[in-house]
Parts: sequence; structure tokens; C-alpha cells
Amino acid sequence: MQHFYFDHNATTPVDPEVLETAVSCLGQVYGNASSIHHFGQAAKQRLEAARRQVATLINATAAEIVFTGGGTEANNLAILGLTRAATAPRKHVITCAIEHPAVLSPAKQLGTEGVDVTCLRVGSSGIVSPEDIRRALRPQTVLVSIMHANNELGTLQPIAEIAQIAHQAGAALHVDGVQALGKVPVDVVALGVDLYSMSGHKLYAPKGVGALYARKGTRFAPISYGGHHERDRRPGTENVPGIAAFGAAAELAGRRMAEDTERLAMLRDRLENAVLERIPGTGINGSRWNRVPNTSNLYFDGIDGEAMVIALDLRGFAVSTGAACSSGALSPSHVLKAIGLSDDRARASMRFSLGRGNTAGQVDALIEAIGASVAHLRRISVHA
Amino acid sequence: MPEDTVSEVRSRIARPLANARGSDRSHDRKGVVVPEYVTVIPNVSTELPIAVAMSGGVDSSTVAAMLVRQGRTVVGMTMQLWNQRRLPELASEAGAPSGSGRCCSLDDVYDARRVAEQIGIPYYVVNFEQQFEEHVVKPFVEEYLAGRTPIPCTLCNNYIKFDRFLEMADSVGAHYMATGHYARVRFDAATGRYQLLRAVDRSKDQTYFLFGLTQAQLARALFPLGELNKPEVRDIARSMDLAVASKGDSQEICFVPNGDYAAFMDAYLKEKGVAVERTSGEIVTTEGRTLGRHEGVHRFTVGQRKGLGIATGEALYVIATDPASQRVTVGGNDDLQCARFVAKQVNWISIAGVDDGATMRAQVKIRNKHAAAPATLSGTGDAERVGVRFDDPQRAITPGQGAVFYDGEIVLGGGWIE
Repeated sequence: MQHFYFDHNATTPVDPEVLETAVSCLGQVYGNASSIHHFGQAAKQRLEAARRQVATLINATAAEIVFTGGGTEANNLAILGLTRAATAPRKHVITCAIEHPAVLSPAKQLGTEGVDVTCLRVGSSGIVSPEDIRRALRPQTVLVSIMHANNELGTLQPIAEIAQIAHQAGAALHVDGVQALGKVPVDVVALGVDLYSMSGHKLYAPKGVGALYARKGTRFAPISYGGHHERDRRPGTENVPGIAAFGAAAELAGRRMAEDTERLAMLRDRLENAVLERIPGTGINGSRWNRVPNTSNLYFDGIDGEAMVIALDLRGFAVSTGAACSSGALSPSHVLKAIGLSDDRARASMRFSLGRGNTAGQVDALIEAIGASVAHLRRISVHA
Repeated sequence: MPEDTVSEVRSRIARPLANARGSDRSHDRKGVVVPEYVTVIPNVSTELPIAVAMSGGVDSSTVAAMLVRQGRTVVGMTMQLWNQRRLPELASEAGAPSGSGRCCSLDDVYDARRVAEQIGIPYYVVNFEQQFEEHVVKPFVEEYLAGRTPIPCTLCNNYIKFDRFLEMADSVGAHYMATGHYARVRFDAATGRYQLLRAVDRSKDQTYFLFGLTQAQLARALFPLGELNKPEVRDIARSMDLAVASKGDSQEICFVPNGDYAAFMDAYLKEKGVAVERTSGEIVTTEGRTLGRHEGVHRFTVGQRKGLGIATGEALYVIATDPASQRVTVGGNDDLQCARFVAKQVNWISIAGVDDGATMRAQVKIRNKHAAAPATLSGTGDAERVGVRFDDPQRAITPGQGAVFYDGEIVLGGGWIE
């Protein structure tokens, strides 16, 4: 059976061009980037080239890029690092309810360290209100952390406006950009952000590599301790093959941005229009506008999303719902609950996230499979 | 997984088992005897896909592997029923819950996933935590608080395994579900009913927990281990190199660590913000003499001897618990003997029921470890209520436990002791 992948917000396949970089680097560039000899210098060159590539994609300077072990580490470094480095006597942090656990959990951790944490509610659009942020700001607020694009809904947050509001109040802004990078143009200067988290494997690079953009002059403390790597901001021998691959992926993303976004939006709309037109009792979760072009979160009233994910997988279509817990079982989505969906509708929802490998033919096959699965599930469901 | 890999895996599994036929089992005792599973339901279609409920234990793993070997289309699913980290009081010193092989532990999911990979079947973990709490954990706690002694396994079978799981099987296009239960099902053409029969291995027979199954559920349930003895199951698992072949059997109630149900209840009620102090009260004798105090009626079950906290010359047993007066009545062993009770919410399986005023001979089992004893069932006007009178008084007939009626191997039906 053929398997088609519609879960690019979970992770992406490594692009062949990126793979070539990773493999050649793994095979040949084995030096430690801190070593002074020929081998170390070769590694250092790849490291710094990748840093420039990532910086270019988001309009930053190379020195503002800190490579990490992934998006989660970048978020932790930003949130814990900036807040712990702040000197205010009584610190306050603002985030929102639809953030990824990689933001909510470090925020919660700060709560146990005596920091006040405000978690803003978000309306049914899945877009944070800048006014809510303005109201939540206090003189003691050191950090506002809001995601750029939501991983489940794809909704884009008004980052530039939030940055202005935060800065007026003297607070720094961290943005979890993991789901936006490569899907929409990112210009950290125009957005006005202080910290921006990125992940390689959402960008057709391998897992285990990410980066944090830290605007020049932004003070943050390290969260782990070791050597003087990454300008004393993140210790540990650099994962040069992974970082080089991330750099190649960033460059590729910049080159393909216009083509990718247009094509994926077209495919996404083809999927949504067909589903909404042909299947009664369906709809889009969150705002239809202001979304990244590849993401569609739909509800199918009366079906169990978990059952549908399995049914679709057995038909050869990989999609997702909610978040996986440690056993691999699915748990109800905190994002869908946060934007006010009923438990039933949250259970009946699933996410389709498209990527470079998808074609119109695959989308049409997916539409057929969704139609058949929904009809089957509605027929047999006694609990709906 | 590509097709060729699947068949490769399948042929690897099939090889050591070739030529072993179930019909030869009783004649051939030489070496490792691996019986072919011979279905006892004549009209089971061999084409329809089967969802196997995989716990990660040796029994359900073997079921999945046997069905794959027979060439059936199989999908494996593990039910996530309870989050072990939910009640921190029950965690061991290391921070992780104590005990191994417990319900839904990550180790068990790991084992099930590994077996599924080994035999080349699709595998999923499905989350039934919400339904499990609603239909099993809550009633379990409420029954204890009401002075009864519940059997969560039966509730789980009725409401989760043979209901939600079957629905999930439906969802993914599987017509049958198979489990590692030791029991047998057959269709009786004469009565037009599916019958439930005890397992060949009487020591592992689990029909006591399956008395709630309806005809519709039995029509779609496969129990491939019903014809096998446990050692044979382990032999099969070993011959197929299943990773779980020598894993220990699961024990007790899966979501209650170390069988300490009172500690579980305390932790659960604390999480729910329910004060348990209010159920503390007096320990009295059958004559009404007060012997002391206890910390909650839910800590006691009929027939219990330990944990009374009273030192007397003679052995004392719990005779009854009454949540209304919060009294625990104790007495001697003789006080526990009783010959009659009423079974409520009776589910009839192999027969349609006992008519009003009619009687029927049967063997009745009143708890899992009880040897079914001869009794007379008498019908009431209500098909779901049956009077039971044992030929000889039985010890500790406990409200809340199941009463299962047998005619030899055949399960007639069963209900709950009132």
C-alpha cells in the first residue's frame, strides 16, 4: 500500500538537497568546530556558513543566531534564560493558552520559581488579541511569549503589533516561530521581536537541530553549563552536520518560499473546499484568514477523531489530531479547548498539514478517503 | 512496511509452527506441541479483519501472532485506560508508580508495540481514559463507598473492551475483535444463541469476568486461547520468539497499585476533593456490641479478617458493612455462611432466562476464586432478577460481586449479588 504524508506540522521529510549536505558533512567534516587545526577549521566554516544562511532567512545578523538541539530547547533557553537574567524584584511573564507545551511548560516552571505568569485566553479565531496583552502588562513584566503560527490551527498572531505594545511597556518579546519558519516570510527586524525560536525538522532538515534568534543586546542566562560554544550562550560541541543541514534547508526555504506558499495554499484550499462542500457537518476550526498556507484544522461532527486518524492511516493517509501522550495515544487538544470548542467537537477534529511532497492527485485521493471514512464512522457510531 | 517485508516476517513466524494441528494435540505430547487455533464458531469468516486488544502481555501477544500466522488480517491496538502518574500519592519513592506490568504502563505499551513490529501488523494506542474513569473507576469507588465489593474487570469488559474497543474495531474496518481471555464461544444452532464456555485450562478460566457479554458482542468476539493451556501459550510465544514469551502474568486490579484498593480510593477521593473521614464509624459484633472504631467502611469487605485493628481471643471476620450507619459488623466464621441471595441485572447468555416461578439447577460461582457450587435458580417476574439458593451454605456471599451461573462448561448467564 502507498502511504501519503499530510502531517508536515509534526515533522517534514528531509529535502534531498538538504540530505546531500548532511551526508557529505557527516562523512567528511568530522572535526570539532572548536579545534584550531585544519579539521576544526573546516567544521567551523560549515557552522558559520549555516549561521549566515539561517540569519539571512529571517533578516538577522549571524551573531544573533544561537544553534540549539531543537525548537523545544530554543523556547526553554529564551523563556527561562531571559526571565532568570532579568533583575526586576518581582518578575511577571505573559503567554497564551494556545502555545505549544515547549512554551507553556517552561512558563509553568517559572511559576514554581516565584515568577508571576499570566496565560491569556484566546477567542474562537485562534488569534491572540493585542489589546489583551496590553491589559495584562504590568510594570514588572519582563517577557511576553507568543507564538508566530499555531501548530494545530495554523493561525498567525499579530506579532508586529504585540512587539510594539510589549516594548512600550519595557518588556521583551519572545516568539515561538517553529511553525511559521519557511511557511511565511519572517523578518525579525520588521516584526520587532527580541527572541525567535526555530526548528530544523519542520523545515525539511533533520531532527535534533534548532536555533534561537536573540536580537543584539538581549540579555539571557544560559540554561545549561559547559564550554564556551555559541558565544557562551549554549554549551556543547556543535552538531555540525545537523546545523549545516539546517542552514541548507534555510537557504532552500528562502528560494522556494513564493512557489511553496502559493502551491500549498492552492492544495489546502482544494482540500477544504471539497470537504466543506461534499461532507455535511464539517467546518474549519479557527480563523480561515491569517493562516499559514499549509494547515487545515477541520471538524467532522459525530465522528471520533482518534478513530478517523487510525482509519485514514490504514487507508494510507497520515494525518493527526490533538497531541500524542507518552504512550502514543492521543489526548484531547488543549488548543481546540482553549479556543472554546466543545469536548465533542474537539474530539471530532483533525489536522491536515501539507508540504512540498504533496500533489493535487494525493489531495484528491485524501478527499475521497476522508469522505469514505466519515461516512463509515457516522454509520457505525453509537456514541456520537 | 512494504508487502514483501510483511510476508517475510509472516513466514518466519510460521516456520516453526508448520504441520502442528489442533486435532493432534491430545495425541502428540512429544516435544513442543503447538496447536493450530481451531475456531469453535463454524460461521466465522476467515476473510474479515480482526482487531486484537494487545495489553503487552504474553496472552494477547500470542493471540495476535497466532492470527497473523493463520493469514488473517490483523490490526493491534492497546487501550490507554489510566494514567499511572495521575495520583502522586501512589507513586513509589523513585517517583514512578511501583509494581510492574501494571495497567497501561509505558513498559507494556513498549512490549505490545515491539510484538506488533515483530509480527508485522499495524499497531495503535487508543485513548479510552475518559470512558474508563466514567464506567470503571468511578463505579468502583462508589461501590466501595456504598459498602459493596465491586469487580472492575467485569465493568471494563462490559463497557470498555467489548464496547468502546469493538466500536474502535468497527471504525477501522475490523469485523472481529480478539482478546487473550481464557474462554470459548460457540454458536448453538439449536437455540440460535452464542454460548460462552469455560476455557479448557480451568485454572485460567476467565468466564467469571465475562458474564455481561451480549449476544451481539459474543458474535464478534474471538478468544483463541480458550482451547489452550497456559504452558502451551508460552510454548507458542517462545516458538515464535515473541519478546514477551517469559513475561509474568498480570495481577490484581490493573489500576490499583499492589492491590491496595483503600490507598487508591484515598488518593482518588482526595484528588476529587471528597472527604473520606465522614465514612469512619464503629466496629460492632452481630449482637450489637461495640468493639472499636474504623477509618472508613470502604476499607472493609465481607469475609475480610486482616486489618480490623482489634485484638480478641477468637478470629473475627467482616460480616457486613453499612454505609448508612457507617458500621462494620464483625463475627465468627459461622456468621459468614449463607445459602441464598438475589442476583440483579442478570445477563443471560446461553439460555434466554428462567421463567417466573420456574426453577433450574446450576452451579453458581460467587467470586473469581470460588469453586462453583450446586444451586437452584428461581425465576422472578423480572428476567433480570434471579433467586439463588445453594444446596449448602457458602462462605462470604459478598454484595457487589458477580454471581455466574454454569451448566458444566456452559455459562448460562450471570448477575450482580444484591
